Amino acid sequence: MDSTLRLIPADPLDRLARTLEALLVVASTPLSLEDLAAAADDDPERVEDALQLVADRFAEERSGIVLEQVAGGWAFRAAREEAAACARLFERPAQRNLSQAALETLAIVAYLGPCSRPDIARIRGVAADSAVANLLERGLIAEAGRDTAAGGAIRYRTTPLFERVFGLESLSELPRLDDVGADAAEIRDRLHAVAERRSA
Amino acid sequence: MIVRELELDLDAFEGPFDLLLALVLKEELELRDVDLAGIVTAFLERLAEREELDLEACGEFLVLIAALLELKARALFPDEEAELAELDPEEAAEELARRLAEYRRAKEAATWLRERLAVEGDRFFRLGPAPLAPKVETPLAPQDPEGLAKVLRLLAQDPPAVSLSHMALRFPPVSHFLDRFRALLRRRTKFDFESEVAEMTRLEQASAFLALLELRRAGELSIEQAAPFAPIRVSRLTKENTVEQERTAAWTARSA
Repeated sequence: MDSTLRLIPADPLDRLARTLEALLVVASTPLSLEDLAAAADDDPERVEDALQLVADRFAEERSGIVLEQVAGGWAFRAAREEAAACARLFERPAQRNLSQAALETLAIVAYLGPCSRPDIARIRGVAADSAVANLLERGLIAEAGRDTAAGGAIRYRTTPLFERVFGLESLSELPRLDDVGADAAEIRDRLHAVAERRSA
Repeated sequence: MIVRELELDLDAFEGPFDLLLALVLKEELELRDVDLAGIVTAFLERLAEREELDLEACGEFLVLIAALLELKARALFPDEEAELAELDPEEAAEELARRLAEYRRAKEAATWLRERLAVEGDRFFRLGPAPLAPKVETPLAPQDPEGLAKVLRLLAQDPPAVSLSHMALRFPPVSHFLDRFRALLRRRTKFDFESEVAEMTRLEQASAFLALLELRRAGELSIEQAAPFAPIRVSRLTKENTVEQERTAAWTARSA
């Protein structure tokens, strides 16, 4: 009698998928594969397979909730289609009105982090104090120990929230910037030209 | 109130404020080791002790502490101008080009982030602090009541008395030496303390000395020593020096 009423087949992987759904809907931060396996009390490989089931079920254009792999873990988010409705209900202070100075500072911390305010000021050529304070308040960067050099300035790194806001699975997803280096030769030539004109 | 004489008690420095300034200016004290907030606190404490607000002292202090703060802040930054000034024009151009290229990379990365934000901006997700993991309970292994009782019985037993025998210092009785010195003085009028106790152990010597002081107090003998560490001469009290002895005893009693 019970078996005839069952809507979901008693596939053990499906049972695990339901457990994972429950864990993910309760969590407020992305859960790593290890977190999920430990909480579900199951094998990480089976959890990975079950996650695929959940991801199929909660995909764009299929559901209002979407499973995504972000910031070193798995998390539910709203479907992109529903962004307008969500925006009417919720503010997003982390990414609203990020200034150019804040974005440059964020980029330096993301690529070179952990790094200190003097490090950032050296690259940007201006003091980074307000940009750093701004990013700290938004929760996009956090303190990460102190410099070993003179003064022991506080160093900063990006947070998991940064990865989440920018939709990155990890910092290694940031694009390589080596190709921009080709411009260094061009800049040098221009500087030399200016120097020659002055000495002439 | 004179700001220069403000006494400081910091980790890196202890003394008056003007000495701290002198040491910092002579570069004998690393400013980065000095807790400037501690100086401010010391000053405010001194200020609070006074009823009146000493504006002149406050002004002087502000100027000095501001100068120190500026020195300390500057020390945190590498001296870029000096670095560049030391380079010849060729090298300076290289260095500037390197820095500009570095900045350009940062700018490029910022542009990428901005574009990424535009694309990913329609992702809404739940935000909140990471929840606390439940406390792990560590259950005790099941125990046999008899076994527990046995262990408890062991604990209930009186511990064996601790032996103090190794700590005992057996002092020879002072009375023993009292009798001995009295007998000695019946036979002789004078004797030398050192030669009398030369054969004894240190503890016996100490007891003998106590006996000597005891007899001296009772007025049975007098003690003489020409100089510190010189031999101690002990003599039986005769009639005339008894009077002398009594006077001294009376004087001692008064002063005590």
